[in-house]
Amino acid sequence: MAEVRDDVRYLATHEWVKLEADGSVVVGISDHAQDALGDVVFVELPEIGTSFVQGSEMAVVESVKAASDIYAPVSGVVVACNSALEDAPETVNDSPYDAGWFVRLTPDDPSSIESLLSPDAYQALCDDETH
Amino acid sequence: MPFIPHTDAERDEMLEAIGVTTIDALFDEVPMSLRASLPPEMPEGISEMALMQLMQRRAKQDEMSLSFLGAGAYEHHIPAAVWDLTNRGEFLTAYTPYQAEASQGTLQLIYEFQTMIARLTALDVANASVYDGATALAEAMLMAVRANKTNKSKRIVVAGNLNPHYIAVCEAIVSNQGLVLEVLEPDEQTGTIPTDCAPQLSEAAALVVSYPNFFGGLDPVDALTDAAAAAGALVIGVVNPTALALLKPPGQWGASGADIAVGEGQPLGIPLASGGPYLGFMCCRKAYVRQMPGRIIGRTVDQTGQPGYALTLQAREQHIRRGKATSNICTNQGLLVTAATLYLSLLGDEGLRQVALKSHAGINQLVAAAGQIEGVSRRFSGPVFHEQVLQLPVPAADVVNLMANEGILPGLALGALWAPMANCLLVNVTETKTSDDIDHFVTHLANAIEAIKSTC
Amino acid sequence: MLIFERSRSGRRAAAQHVSSKGLGLDLGDDLGEHLRHSPAGLPEVSELEVVRHYTNLSAKNFAIDRQFYPLGSCTMKYNPRGAAAAASQPGFLKRHPLAPEAQSQGYLACLYELQTYLQALTGMKAVSLTPMAGAQGEFAGVAMIRAYHQKRGDHDRVEILVPEAAHGTNPATAVMCGFVVREIPVTPEGDVDLAALQAAVGPRTAGLMMTNPSTCGVFERQIAAIAETVHEAGGLLYYDGANLNAILGKVRPGDMGFDVLHMNLHKTFATPHGGGGPGSGPVGVGERLLPFLPTPTVGQTESGTFRWLDKRDLPDTIGRLSGFMGNAGILLRAYAYARLLGGEGMQRVGAYATLNANYMAKRLTEAGFDLAYPTRRATHEFIITLAKQAKHHHVTAMDVAKRLLDYGVHAPTTYFPLLVPECLLIEPTETESKAEIDGFVAAMAAIADEIVNTPDQVTSAPHTLPVTRLDDVKAARDLDLAWLKTQPA
Repeated sequence: MAEVRDDVRYLATHEWVKLEADGSVVVGISDHAQDALGDVVFVELPEIGTSFVQGSEMAVVESVKAASDIYAPVSGVVVACNSALEDAPETVNDSPYDAGWFVRLTPDDPSSIESLLSPDAYQALCDDETH
Repeated sequence: MPFIPHTDAERDEMLEAIGVTTIDALFDEVPMSLRASLPPEMPEGISEMALMQLMQRRAKQDEMSLSFLGAGAYEHHIPAAVWDLTNRGEFLTAYTPYQAEASQGTLQLIYEFQTMIARLTALDVANASVYDGATALAEAMLMAVRANKTNKSKRIVVAGNLNPHYIAVCEAIVSNQGLVLEVLEPDEQTGTIPTDCAPQLSEAAALVVSYPNFFGGLDPVDALTDAAAAAGALVIGVVNPTALALLKPPGQWGASGADIAVGEGQPLGIPLASGGPYLGFMCCRKAYVRQMPGRIIGRTVDQTGQPGYALTLQAREQHIRRGKATSNICTNQGLLVTAATLYLSLLGDEGLRQVALKSHAGINQLVAAAGQIEGVSRRFSGPVFHEQVLQLPVPAADVVNLMANEGILPGLALGALWAPMANCLLVNVTETKTSDDIDHFVTHLANAIEAIKSTC
Repeated sequence: MLIFERSRSGRRAAAQHVSSKGLGLDLGDDLGEHLRHSPAGLPEVSELEVVRHYTNLSAKNFAIDRQFYPLGSCTMKYNPRGAAAAASQPGFLKRHPLAPEAQSQGYLACLYELQTYLQALTGMKAVSLTPMAGAQGEFAGVAMIRAYHQKRGDHDRVEILVPEAAHGTNPATAVMCGFVVREIPVTPEGDVDLAALQAAVGPRTAGLMMTNPSTCGVFERQIAAIAETVHEAGGLLYYDGANLNAILGKVRPGDMGFDVLHMNLHKTFATPHGGGGPGSGPVGVGERLLPFLPTPTVGQTESGTFRWLDKRDLPDTIGRLSGFMGNAGILLRAYAYARLLGGEGMQRVGAYATLNANYMAKRLTEAGFDLAYPTRRATHEFIITLAKQAKHHHVTAMDVAKRLLDYGVHAPTTYFPLLVPECLLIEPTETESKAEIDGFVAAMAAIADEIVNTPDQVTSAPHTLPVTRLDDVKAARDLDLAWLKTQPA
């Protein structure tokens, strides 16, 4: 059973988003997503300073037999990327919610995160997919 | 029934198992209005013997006794073992190596090919090949636009002394994605690209350099590479693989080397065969490998830890990435890669170097001898690899027609490509030409010129 | 062992070296700064070492000459040796691509006649032989659709529609041609969802790409309605010739309403796959796309001689697609194959390919396997789904594919189309005998027993090949794409 963290919000496309104390948001993929993808072999991250509109493609995560786009959960500017993933993509599998984070954004509107899926709603979505 | 093994009894037994009485009944989901009858244009089938007689006659019709025509496809000696082995059914009739365990022969061979091409070009990685040299360049342009994070531009600066057919192919392929090609005019005297091209390179995604160029000459690749690097443009080298046994490889151009190298693999054991199938090779720095299209083979291990080979980086490819793939290409030129790998193994460094050297010496000898004919001279100054443009006192197209009637292809008349070069003939010599062949060529050339002059 | 590991400094295949004696020139001295400083590091081996190394490598391959290859959508049939021999006459092999037309009449005659045959078999108005593979033919076809709309000033047509079951090249090609891709759902019976198509077409529609028979292994019965829907919306219809073998001589894409198609000559017309290529992907067009055909094509003058047609003859051409004029050697094989079979032989291709597939589908269902589209007639291929086996026994389609290798059969296509879970796409082709098909069914039946009784046998297969399952994850994470070690001195 994949872990669904309580302290983050989710997208239906399986990204998680966490609002930090400094007002920035951190984005990664859920445990359910890393499990479905299988062994991650590469992560393509955006350049720092790039702005994204909510819902646009921001990064790519590759396993041996699939490649998935990671969408910007909110509009904002990239302020940091987890460059450790370049040499150790398996971190996404080992620690999807912590060491395996992808991107940190400064959101244009921090309240926009409120519109994303709650942990309960995301859990329901995952249950649906597995049944 | 050609190549269909069924006896009537077997056919009937199969139909009975399916539960129908005729094969036509199996097409019952095809609307009646769409069922076609036999088109009258189709001939009746013939035997293999009749086919061979027909094709031998037609092939004979086109045979020439001596050729000095190159222009992107070169007549080299092909060791007997190359096609003897390439045509083994195990290479010839295998599928694309999707089932790695059942394809280790092809997969290891491609890994060896990738290694050989990377070593020849002095770059890090090569792919398993694309269709031909021209399409390899088109793919390299698209790749450079994706890979260049400094100059985010769709403008590609192309050396004007590149094979014009390559430029035409690239226009046809890349313009659909909004890329713009800008041509750098070569110098009138040398035919090479001037090194003061920095203004055009600014903000460009890439510079394409041909080495040797279409006229056989050698551009100042070090200075051009440095100029492009300074402008933030990637450098794409279009290279002749035979020449690289003798000439500076793209990975060593300038201070930092070219970023991508592509070329036509035909000189590596592939017959002229009217232009194909050939193979386009493609290599690059490791940093750009995920932007490279086409099949790539990696070395890995199996469950017992022994080495094995498999397709890798497949997430770039159309069967996984669909609309977001690096290219729509599905296959490589597998069989031609087999031939090229055998060719390079048989020749080795020294063998390929001798082919290159003898070709180079041959063109110099031919040009020196042809220069004795009145009115014949080199069109461009500077060193060449194995091809050279001769300036003639008469239209080159007329010379080609006259000599071809005598069974000699003297080269390519350049007037059809560049109107001001109507009297220019592009001539190639490879290691297959003896001193006698060259003398023969020069005699016939002199006669042809004389004949044309006298009819004017 | 790699060829590089057999290399020893100073060992040569000396018979392959040319003599540079007697040329009377200082070799290479005029090249100065252009000279290479150190050798590339090609292998230094004897001729016997090369022959033995690559012969031994070849033995590690499955191949049609040794095994049955029911690889769906790939048409792995026997390609007559005679077609290869005919195309490999010295006059053809030595012909330079830029030889003058007067010295090329034998070759041009073959191409001209091949154009005529392909036109007749597909029901199109004209054919260009120049695309070098199916994917390049697709590119040419979609680029022509783009050129057609642009010529008419119809710049809003930016969408290409593809059924969701389409081969990955379709969307990849559309994007290469600058289009946006929109996928159309497929019904549970394997047909295009006509209502969804009708809702999707409009002034943005440039065209629809599809195959028929479809990638679901069934004939698209509503093709006339689909063609009408797309045409009424102002779009054009593209036929992906991947499955042409199924209908050769039986149904013509031109009659179904398609405006443009490509043919995979390497599949249907006698070129072996060569471990991944070469191929050849000629395009055929209807009236509307005639001006845009890629060059060169072959024409005939009034006096009966053949000549190349280029941009001067076709000013609106989408242009050139190869350094010379396509994969000539494959075209000659296709021509030879067409002559060997003739019209009647071509009709039998589609007929017997269909017979074999339907027979095999029937036998497999008798052995307990589930068809993905049980209510439909198979075409030249069909799909079985192992969803049941995966659920109850945790054995996947990939496991079954690998286990088949142990039985001496190449695996069918796995996991395509993506919308059928745990699927095998199976295409026996017309050149396989009933005995071969029965043998395959027996192997599948034996594996079905193993799935229940000894599932480990299946999930850890193959057991009898040169290697066991390879570590794909390591291959992608620790990229090793070229041998870096130098040879021992």
